[in-house]
Amino acid sequence: MEQSTFTTATTDGPTPAERFDQLIAAGEKIEPRDWMPEAYRRTMIRQIAQHAHSEVIGQQPEGNWITRAPSLRRKAILVAKVQDEAGHGLYLYSACETLGISRDELNELLHQGRQKYSSIFNYPTLSWADVGAIGWLVDGAAIANQVALTRTSYGPYARAMVRICKEESFHQRQGFEIMMTLARGSEAQRDMAQDALNRWWWPSLAMLGPPDEQSTHTEQSMQWGIKVETNDEIRQKFVDQTVPQAQFLGLTLPDPALAWNEERGHWDFGEIDWDAFWEVVRGNGPCNRERLAHKVKAWEDGAWVREAALAHAAKQDGRGLAATA
Amino acid sequence: MNDLNDRTTTTTAAPVGGYPLWEVFVRARRGLNHVHAGSVHAPDADTALQHARDVYTRRAEGVSVWVVPSAAIVASDPDARDDWFEGSKPYRHPTFYTIPDEVGHL
Ligand SMILES: [Fe+2]
Ligand SMILES: [Fe+2]
Repeated sequence: MEQSTFTTATTDGPTPAERFDQLIAAGEKIEPRDWMPEAYRRTMIRQIAQHAHSEVIGQQPEGNWITRAPSLRRKAILVAKVQDEAGHGLYLYSACETLGISRDELNELLHQGRQKYSSIFNYPTLSWADVGAIGWLVDGAAIANQVALTRTSYGPYARAMVRICKEESFHQRQGFEIMMTLARGSEAQRDMAQDALNRWWWPSLAMLGPPDEQSTHTEQSMQWGIKVETNDEIRQKFVDQTVPQAQFLGLTLPDPALAWNEERGHWDFGEIDWDAFWEVVRGNGPCNRERLAHKVKAWEDGAWVREAALAHAAKQDGRGLAATA
Repeated sequence: MNDLNDRTTTTTAAPVGGYPLWEVFVRARRGLNHVHAGSVHAPDADTALQHARDVYTRRAEGVSVWVVPSAAIVASDPDARDDWFEGSKPYRHPTFYTIPDEVGHL
C-alpha cells in the first residue's frame, strides 16, 4: 500500500517506540501502519502463519472421511466444515500479509518445513467417530484458544479471530452431535466413539501448547498483549468445560487422575506426555510426512491452473487481473 | 451513503469536472476495520485524502482514512445477487444442531 506524502504537522510527541508501548499498555490494538518492534512483527508473523497453516493442513484428516460419510446430511455438513477451515486459512494469510510477508513466501516456508502447523493434525482419522471427536475436542480446544485471541493486540489478527470464532461454533456442535449419536447407538458404535475419544483426548490437551513454565514465547507474548491467557489457563478452561460433556455422553476420558478439585474449583488432570508431543512437533508423528507431502503435491499439481489463469487474464486486455493490478 | 453495488463501472470510471472519483474508507477506532464512508472528487491521491479527512472525519469519526480510485473497484453485478448470495445452508449455523441444555455451552 502507498503511504501518502500528505502528513499533518507533528509536534514533539512520544517516539514511535514509546507510542507503541503506550498503545499496548492502554490495551489498544496495533494496526498495520503503526510502528512496531521488529521482534513483535516477527513473532506475529510466526504465530499467524502457524495458525493459517494449521487451518489449511487441518482439512486433511477430516477430508479423509468426506467420501465415506454415513449419510448425505453428514457429508454436506462435513464439506461445509472443511470449506470453512480453508476459509479460516485465507483470513489468516490475509492478516499475516499486512505484516509485510507475501502469501507465496508463507506457502514456501510451510512447504520447506520452516514454519510449523499444529501438532494435532499429524494424527490419523481411523474411523468415522474420529470426525465426531475432532469437531468436539479439536475444534473445542481451538475455540478456547481462539476466543482468548480475539483480544490479541494486533488488529488484523484479532478481527480474523472474531470472524473465525463465529464460524467455529457449528464445527464443535456437529462433532458433538456425531458423538451423541454414536454414544446412544449400538455397542459397536459406542466402542467406536470411546476409541476415538481415547486417541484424541491427550493430543487435544497438548495442542494448546507446552506448559507455561516451559513455554519460550509466553512471557514476551503476554507483555505485548499477543497472548492474553496462558496455555495452562486455556487448557484448564477446556478441561473444565469438556469433562461434563463426556459425562453426558457416558464416555470415559482416558485419564485416571481426573478428579474434581473442590478447593481450586477446577478439574485436576494427569500429566501430559510432553516427550510424545515434542516428537510430533519435531516431525515424527504418525502423519507428518504424509500431511506435508499431500500439501506440496496439491500445490504442484495446481501449477498449470495458476499459469493458465494468469495467461487468460493477460489475454483479457483491460478486463483481467493484470489490467487492474 | 453510496452503495458500490448499485453503481455501474461506467459511472465510477467517469471523472466529473475533470477530477477522478475516490472511494473513502474510515477506521472509526483502533481494532476496527476501515468501513466505506462515501466518496470525494479530487485531482490526485493526496488531495483526495485531504478532502476525505475534511468531509468524513470532521467530528473525530476516525483514526485512519483510506482513499481508493473508484475506477479500481470491481463490483459484483447487482442483477446477479440471487445467484451469488444464495440463501445460507442451514447446517452452517450452530442452531441447526439440537444439543441438550445440560451439556452446557458448546
Ligand atoms: Fe478453523
Ligand atoms: Fe473449525
